[in-house]
Amino acid sequence: MTEVVVAHREARPRKAFWPALPVSVVVALGWIALMLLLACFSEIIAPYGFTKLDLRNRLAPPGTVGHWLGTDELGRDVLSRLVFSIRVSLLIAFGATIISATVGTVLGFLAAHFRGWVEQIVLMLADFQASMPFLILALAVLAFFGNSLPLLVGLMGLFGWERYARISRGLAISANAQGYAGAIRQLGARPSRIYFRHILPNIASTLIVSMTLVFPEVILLESGLSFLGLGVQPPMTSLGNMVGYGREYLTRAPWIMLCPAAAIVLTTLAISVIGDWLRDRLDPTLK
Amino acid sequence: MLRFLALRIGRALLTIALVVTFAFVVLRLSGDPALLIMGPEAPPEVIAAFRKAWGLDDPIWMQYFDYFGAIAQGELGRSMRDGRPAVELVVERIPATLALTLPALLIKIGIGIPAGIYAALHRGSMIDRAVMLAAVAGFTVPSFVLALLLVLVFAVQLGWLPSGGQDSWRHAILPIFTLGVGGAAVLARFTRSAMLEILGQHYIRTASAKGVPWRAVVTNHALPNAAIPTVTIVGFMVGSLIAGAVVVESVFSWPGVGRLLVVAVANRDLAVVQCILLLVALTMVTSNLIVDFLYGFLDPRLRTRTGSA
Repeated sequence: MTEVVVAHREARPRKAFWPALPVSVVVALGWIALMLLLACFSEIIAPYGFTKLDLRNRLAPPGTVGHWLGTDELGRDVLSRLVFSIRVSLLIAFGATIISATVGTVLGFLAAHFRGWVEQIVLMLADFQASMPFLILALAVLAFFGNSLPLLVGLMGLFGWERYARISRGLAISANAQGYAGAIRQLGARPSRIYFRHILPNIASTLIVSMTLVFPEVILLESGLSFLGLGVQPPMTSLGNMVGYGREYLTRAPWIMLCPAAAIVLTTLAISVIGDWLRDRLDPTLK
Repeated sequence: MLRFLALRIGRALLTIALVVTFAFVVLRLSGDPALLIMGPEAPPEVIAAFRKAWGLDDPIWMQYFDYFGAIAQGELGRSMRDGRPAVELVVERIPATLALTLPALLIKIGIGIPAGIYAALHRGSMIDRAVMLAAVAGFTVPSFVLALLLVLVFAVQLGWLPSGGQDSWRHAILPIFTLGVGGAAVLARFTRSAMLEILGQHYIRTASAKGVPWRAVVTNHALPNAAIPTVTIVGFMVGSLIAGAVVVESVFSWPGVGRLLVVAVANRDLAVVQCILLLVALTMVTSNLIVDFLYGFLDPRLRTRTGSA
């Protein structure tokens, strides 16, 4: 009897750690893989350049030979533009997420290390950031500085930093109270080594989960700004940008707008599904 | 309680100060504010007068305090486009925005909260699953996509409603619906999870164990406690009554504050942008304050805890 119980116990951890993936997560992972593939190999996959005109085939409906998703008002291939838009939108979202995760985590660590007034300032800024609608702040910055791609990525990179800062501060404070951090400190390690080599790997899973939860919001924010004509500027193209221009041809050529809209919705949906699943797997305390 | 409120009011003022600082820093970093606000065509003597009036030749810390003073007196500059005071331009757009956001808020609260409560009480039922599905859709479908889909169906295909403009009440239906539905889904999800968390508490089990009827357990014990996190979200929605319709107003060419903001940003009409930024901060901070007051009513623990501390 006991043997059975023991065997059962031993067999369990492996199973519990890699359970059969839910179908929704598999589909979501597949979709993200497809998007990444499209983004990495845009030049090879896209049948045409994204600014290539085909004036004889303007507003061709989907299914036209040579233009499987149709063309827009200038005869540009919607499929090709879609592929390049996915690349730009994902690039901005990745860049922004990495910036905000880095900034937030470093600020959280600074707050945890120095405490006192440094901590108060970080927390105050975090409260401020959380209480103002980000879209309005972003629009204000764009109004003052004009628009460029690096500025846009940097601006999006300010989105969500306060969540990483709060999480990393809280976790670093509790890690500092644990034996391993104290032991390394006694061995004479510099603070930067303690935080980045020892504490960071221990709290990484929580931060990664937060990243998957913030990422879809960054995509939505960028597409919203681009839709308003204030984000990515032509001749460059992004998903929101395509929807914005497609809106003019809503009655005659709805496919121009529907294709990128579907890409936005499915991508954010897929990442949210993966994020929720990861959260339940790695860190049920985050809600 | 008094101490609690004083702390909250202090924080609200601090947030406003931070927004003003943000505007000040960004404005100074972006170039000569005299040229930016008055426009490049302004005659040199006007620029000089402006520089003097705003103290642009003073040391930067003095400028900072003067800036605060000017804003406190409502001196927010003039619009670059027609030279009218920015405050006037913004204020006259507020009713149009509220005509969309207030009914939308009623939809959010009227549908979102009951749906969330029902879903939590009937966990796993068809309605629960439908609410969760709608909540996911409400999060992943951006408002401009929802708006354009509604236009495609109701304006283009069916021809029932106009697709944009502000001529009659029928023009308001689609924008209100766009704003309301997405928000209702989000609110339903929050209410549901708040309720589920409360329903798992010991005092709920204790109440049902001592024989309190389920209906009374829910109305007397679960709902008041679940109201606290829900009020926070509703407060955020109230705070974004002014700024929450930027995208939707643009899609439906509705002449509200949001559309004014987009046009002002595109034209780099800084005085107007700055004015809207402050207005948004003010509404946000005010609604946060109201939420804090409400906490005091909803949660007696908060009153005693901070009162004694």
